[in-house]
Amino acid sequence: MPHRTVYEAKIEHLQILDEDGKLDKKLAKDTLTDEQVVHLYEQMRICRELDEIAFKLQRSGRMGTYPQNKGQEANAVGSALAMKKGVDWLVPAYRENAALFMHGLPMHFVLVYWMGDERGSKMPEGVNITPLSVPIGTHMLHATGIAWATKIRKEKDKAVITYFGDGATSEGDFHGAMNFASTMQVPCIFYCQNNQWAISVPREQQMNSQTVAQKALAYDMPTLQVDGNDVFAVFKAVKDARKRAVQGGGPSFIEAVTYRLGDHTTADDARRYRDQGEVDAWLDKDPLIRTRKYLESQGVWDDKKQTALEERAKKIVAEVVKTAEGIEKPSPADFFNSMYAELPADLRTQRDTMRTSSIGRNPEQIGLKAQAAGTR
Amino acid sequence: MTTLEMIDSKIHPAVGEWTLPDFVDEADLPGRDGDRVIQFREAIREAMSHEMRQDEKVFLIGEEVAEYNGAYKISQGMLDEFGPRRIIDSPISENGFAGMCIGAAMYGLRPIVEFMSWSFSFVAADAILNNAPKMLYMSGGQWGCPIVFRGNDGAGGQLASTHSWCVEGLYANVPGLKMAIPSNPYDAKGLLATAIRDPDPVFFLESERMLGDKAHVPEEQYYIPFGRARLAREGEHCTLVSFGRPVHFCVEAAEKLAADGIECDVLDMRTIRPLDIDAVIKSVKKTSRVVVVDQSWPFGGVSSEVITQICERCFDYLDHPPVRVNTEDVPTPYAKNLEAAYLPNPTKIEAAVRKVIEATA
Repeated sequence: MPHRTVYEAKIEHLQILDEDGKLDKKLAKDTLTDEQVVHLYEQMRICRELDEIAFKLQRSGRMGTYPQNKGQEANAVGSALAMKKGVDWLVPAYRENAALFMHGLPMHFVLVYWMGDERGSKMPEGVNITPLSVPIGTHMLHATGIAWATKIRKEKDKAVITYFGDGATSEGDFHGAMNFASTMQVPCIFYCQNNQWAISVPREQQMNSQTVAQKALAYDMPTLQVDGNDVFAVFKAVKDARKRAVQGGGPSFIEAVTYRLGDHTTADDARRYRDQGEVDAWLDKDPLIRTRKYLESQGVWDDKKQTALEERAKKIVAEVVKTAEGIEKPSPADFFNSMYAELPADLRTQRDTMRTSSIGRNPEQIGLKAQAAGTR
Repeated sequence: MTTLEMIDSKIHPAVGEWTLPDFVDEADLPGRDGDRVIQFREAIREAMSHEMRQDEKVFLIGEEVAEYNGAYKISQGMLDEFGPRRIIDSPISENGFAGMCIGAAMYGLRPIVEFMSWSFSFVAADAILNNAPKMLYMSGGQWGCPIVFRGNDGAGGQLASTHSWCVEGLYANVPGLKMAIPSNPYDAKGLLATAIRDPDPVFFLESERMLGDKAHVPEEQYYIPFGRARLAREGEHCTLVSFGRPVHFCVEAAEKLAADGIECDVLDMRTIRPLDIDAVIKSVKKTSRVVVVDQSWPFGGVSSEVITQICERCFDYLDHPPVRVNTEDVPTPYAKNLEAAYLPNPTKIEAAVRKVIEATA
């Protein structure tokens, strides 16, 4: 039989909580309790508040650039809950803030970072998160490497999740990371937030494949498409993937279909290239709306609780902004911190003379010989 | 000597487990003379194998490094000793294994990444230039990246332009990395041992043309500190500054010149970042003349940097403008005769020194 089928595949889509807030009880079994959903809803709402305030901070010149998370929060909270806080590792891009907060990152760190301070990426002790990664896709390889290192170090019950967008799957880094993760069978979860737009380039123009999930087939990786605005589906997909990872089943791929309700960043104006009708349609699918509808239908949420939450969110975020803005700015002498484990002599001289001109770099010319030659 | 005080050892999962070498003065290192003569490639292998025996977090990854014993047989026998978990044949994806190993280094492993040639490192540029050297800086001092990238650099002998890159001119421009370019087996072993123990990313540049070079190399492991040039030959008339393979051309030229009574200091820089400019200044203040020999392109390269710093630091001591001998400013030619004419060689160096001496006689 010279002509035969050697490989067949299909891509499944998982939705548990639909756009009207109706739950598929059968699929929802062993996923989230109402108490957990309330918690996730609160986290999403607080994160939404941070988004709105961060936007205003940028517009009023108090922050450089900021990428809003609006519309994608279910991905962050559902996946974060499925991962083990303080044990697993999160290797983020930059649109999953709520996941970082749920894994212990104080909220002001994110603002400090976007205000232009590298110290916002210095994670507090016990927070297993790598710095935000703005270059598209490079961190997926780091995630693979970290997952591989946990395997080499024989660490049990530990997995890594990395987040990236649909556009990032066009990068060579994505394919490198997927290939290494699958050939080395590392405990890594590749979580693609397919938000339909890579700045102004729509997904259909980014790739000719019908789904992003099918890209993982080439690496023989378990792969699934989920409704990314459905906290139940996101939680279940990541939980299953994590279980597989820690049991030695290797990496998994999850394509979460979601939508970037805001601009790419504050430096962008999506109205220039996006049809308002499309945005309106997705506004109806907002994860916050459907989660709230579900909670109300369960009788565990009402307007009073909503008002209280909104007030709490405002208060929390106001406090976070105050903390972030209250941090003393780094001084030019800090330029040279964190360059090397130990500062080499020429950088010590540069720091001690604090000039970039040639004359500044010759300590003898400006009478700094003793200082430059001495210790720091 | 090296401390980790810049890194918070309580946070970084990789820190707290370093066993940094105790550096000793050059005079206290094991002697360069002896009869334990081995090849350059064996010296590299010894440095790696020793560190791998000491620390199981060290591993070697690259194309053809395991089963095939390395494209240049540097890792000969290492698969047998350390097994496939630590001597790893990678898929052909420089960006993939470089980036992945940065992640592994962030998590406390200590990767040695072999590029079959540095000419192939460009596809990994984002990983090796945009990630590794900046990881510590961009994480407020938290995530170090202890990783060694090593491989062949420079014209290997009719490999044509795409395979003959000298990357030092390009890569040395980037702060946050360290760069070592040994010229002989003894230094290769001592510098690579240091590189593997170093908590920062190190670019280690070897030359295919020197892998078969033989010299006495002590059996024990020793650590040559970075940023210390070696005075390969002493003289008072002119300073020759070089690194890597052209150091030999400088010594050869200096020997010829000595027959005519022209004595040269020959400085082998050994590391480019950090650069031991103090050793250069000291020599130039003595000789008042300097020729810098660099087997990469002249524009904005290491030779330009060395000469700039000389002018900044001891311009008034110079009797003649600094002179440099680089490759010609063209892609590396494929033709044998053209490639030879393109590279620095003892004749060119000798002529450069004579010109400087004659002009200042």
